[in-house]
Amino acid sequence: MKVGVIVFPGSNCDRDMYHVLRDVFHLNAEYFWHEKGLPKNLDAVILPGGFSYGDRLRAGVIAAHSPVIEDVRKMAEKGIPILGVCNGFQILVESGLLPGVLLKNTSLNFMCQWTNLIVENNTTPFTNQFRLHQKIPIPIANGEGRYYVDDDTLKKLKKKNQIVFRYDKVINGSSDRIAGVCNESGNVVGMMPHPERAVEPVINPIDSKPSSLIFESLLNTMGVTQ
Amino acid sequence: MSLEPQELAELKTKIGREPTSTEIQIVAAEWSEHCSYKSSKKHLKMLPMTGPLVISEKGYDSGVLDVGDGYVVTAHIESHNHPSAVEPYGGAATGVGGVIRDILSAGTRPIAIFDGLRFGNIEKDKHARWLFKNAVTGIADYGNCLGIPTIGGEVEFDECYSNYALVDVAAVGFGKKENLIKNHAKKGDLVVLMGGSTGRDGIGGSQFASDSLESEDRSAVQIPDPFIEKLIIEAILEARNQNLINALKDLGGGGLSCAVSETADTLGIGIEMDVDKVHTREPGMHPDEIMVSESQERMLIITNKEKLKKLEEICKKFRISCSVIGHVTSGNLMHVKKGSQTFANISTDIVANATLLDRPSKKPEYLAAIQQEKKLKPILDYNKTIMKLISSPNIASKIWVYGQYDHEVGIRTVVKPGQDASVLRLDNGKFLSVKIDGNPKHCYINPREGAIGCFEEACRNVVCTGATPIGMLDHLQFGNPQNPEIFWTFLESLKGLTDFAKYFKIPCIGGKVSLYNETPSGPIKPTPLIGVLGLIDKKPLIPQKIESGDFLILIGNTKDELGGSEYYEYVHKFVGGNCPIVDFKESKRNMSAILDIINDDLAKNAHDCSKGGLAVAISELCMSNLLGCDISVEGIPGEKLNIDKILFSESHSRYLITAEKKNLKKIEGILQKSNTPYKIIGIFNGKKIQFKKGKKSIIDLSVDKAQKAWLNSLRELVMHG
Repeated sequence: MKVGVIVFPGSNCDRDMYHVLRDVFHLNAEYFWHEKGLPKNLDAVILPGGFSYGDRLRAGVIAAHSPVIEDVRKMAEKGIPILGVCNGFQILVESGLLPGVLLKNTSLNFMCQWTNLIVENNTTPFTNQFRLHQKIPIPIANGEGRYYVDDDTLKKLKKKNQIVFRYDKVINGSSDRIAGVCNESGNVVGMMPHPERAVEPVINPIDSKPSSLIFESLLNTMGVTQ
Repeated sequence: MSLEPQELAELKTKIGREPTSTEIQIVAAEWSEHCSYKSSKKHLKMLPMTGPLVISEKGYDSGVLDVGDGYVVTAHIESHNHPSAVEPYGGAATGVGGVIRDILSAGTRPIAIFDGLRFGNIEKDKHARWLFKNAVTGIADYGNCLGIPTIGGEVEFDECYSNYALVDVAAVGFGKKENLIKNHAKKGDLVVLMGGSTGRDGIGGSQFASDSLESEDRSAVQIPDPFIEKLIIEAILEARNQNLINALKDLGGGGLSCAVSETADTLGIGIEMDVDKVHTREPGMHPDEIMVSESQERMLIITNKEKLKKLEEICKKFRISCSVIGHVTSGNLMHVKKGSQTFANISTDIVANATLLDRPSKKPEYLAAIQQEKKLKPILDYNKTIMKLISSPNIASKIWVYGQYDHEVGIRTVVKPGQDASVLRLDNGKFLSVKIDGNPKHCYINPREGAIGCFEEACRNVVCTGATPIGMLDHLQFGNPQNPEIFWTFLESLKGLTDFAKYFKIPCIGGKVSLYNETPSGPIKPTPLIGVLGLIDKKPLIPQKIESGDFLILIGNTKDELGGSEYYEYVHKFVGGNCPIVDFKESKRNMSAILDIINDDLAKNAHDCSKGGLAVAISELCMSNLLGCDISVEGIPGEKLNIDKILFSESHSRYLITAEKKNLKKIEGILQKSNTPYKIIGIFNGKKIQFKKGKKSIIDLSVDKAQKAWLNSLRELVMHG
């Protein structure tokens, strides 16, 4: 079982994600530089957070044109679980693998704070261990985290159960308080908050168990028992 | 911005001929106060700089501490005051960039940033507000992009910083001891310049920073590019892992002039370089400009022919430029050429070692009068006074600031910003606690005791997390040192810090002196800023939720020390009075008692009393927990004082401990055994902060109302002024 962590120039949560996959969940994780092709035997792919290309032009837009994205697209079509966190979510949106866009927060500031998510879809490879509407205390850290879709797309997202996470209250002006979405088949998930920052009790001031379920869902999907 | 006439004459005598224009530029940059420390260097030697954990190696720009199990922590502090006063966004951002490269140049990964920010009165002064807002954004944009958490700091406003800004940035690094770069070089080794291109920004920046701020010389301000800095960090660490770096130095003040001459001087080598080989941002740059440009995000590497290919491959992977600009020669000459033409050929010993000065000093006249107390208008409603203080820019929560900094990235942040000190977990199971503190109001009234107070406050803060102080960083910021009165305040502060460091055996592991912090309206107040690093072997005290029924214990003596307090200055607009004085013995006893209580797992929280005194410190605990407290101020430890002094005196060495009832006896046992003065002064419950003296109510405040004002007032002020 192998999970690929994609590294773009300037990625800065890649090492955090790698640590969590390897040292906390004992998964076989490997870094893949953005210019490298992905091997066919990967069981899941994670696009970590943190300022690819310095977030110039618009967060995620340059990385979305990296060579590795074509391989990610192929894997998405094959139904392999793919998770984009924060900048990874922005890249998935910019590359068209997920619907919507991410705009500047309504505060116009970078926001780093703990917040609560509500699980709205517990059937994806990253949420299948949650109860529906379960609460997750988790930190956000972004400047462009306001998820936006037009009304028609929002209706479609609701109908096809593509809203995966909502914030429990309005924090940044996201459409319908959306914090994470999936594609129609449900195997590609993007979320703005950082689960890798919330799974270890020593750095989680509230409760690390709910965020851990995101990774435990992946283990469950891949058939790994711990 | 060049050499003084007597310096030019000295240079001529030393080299025995007329210097070339390039040589004058190089020497002017390197002999500037900013690079040479010519006014302060003689005196800085008094600070203790060695200790069992200190690792000293030649050529390091940061201090190194051994934290056990084969790991080291590095730390450094810098300021970017002049640039930030002109262009706060770029000035503050490049301040972060510079100190990060100092950490990197030891071969360690930067893991945390701290910032100390000081501006004029933002309540009245729109310009100060603009400086503040943009400096914060500059730090946020730079640090966040690098993925290095900004986890602590302080913000202060005082009229003495009008039309000016102090932007101090400290950084901490972490790595394996075996990966530290051991700077060495031999004849024939290659000199490589890696990173951003050299442009016409930051020309003469170090001389600009070595004079009073009278003009807005924007060309002296550097332009930030955090994306390139991030690529450099990863490329350097990859090159370090492959052992491709013989010696490493960042380019900061003085640009290539400083990096080349200091590297050569430290390693006892000569360097021959060709400015045509430097990758520049624009064509037609003169050698003088190339040599003194302070363009950011550049590193100087000494490597050899065998390693160069691999180094170039790494740079290619990260798409950063890397140019071989010269080679190491025998002797000690810094030979700068353009093609075959020589522009400078001068001994690095002369360049890198300016003649140190022995400046005269004289006790300032103002000090005699300022320490007098004054009869003030009595307070009729203490509720109003408390509300005024907790909403004041200096005391209000700084969440508007640190909420813009990514303080979680790197997943090491155990105690987050907004607490006494911030705590990081290290890979060997230990924890590092760090705090920076300054207090210009105290230092103005008493430069010596004020500086000691800053040092003790930073120690108190790390002690509150369960850490033992292991190292100190000092950043000494004063006005023009040519004024003997200002120089006297510098010396007094330094002597005070030295005494404290020696008594507590805390080595100074790094520092910076920033002089000429003046505008046409005068010098800043003496502003030494002290950073303290503490180590926790087992587990830190992470502030816990206070519950109804928990007890509040005050430890340490409250004294008649309202001089320089927020109460005198913000409430009464009175500058003067008795400056708080640290009693070293009391300080040591109280610190070890607190550490004993924390190590025995008896406390839920430990919080120090500082700005705003006891009343504010208790209110902060209540507001953070949205919980009331009944407090009796009768019989608190120390001399008998009136209620103003009890509530607002900023005496040092005082702590507040919160604890469950079941632990009280054990806590009292520890305190009694060590003869530490204390009193159980309150019980948490309800929704009101209530101070009573006997039956008389002094303060009766809704915690909900107080919390709203405390959390929101700074943001309101910045956004809507």
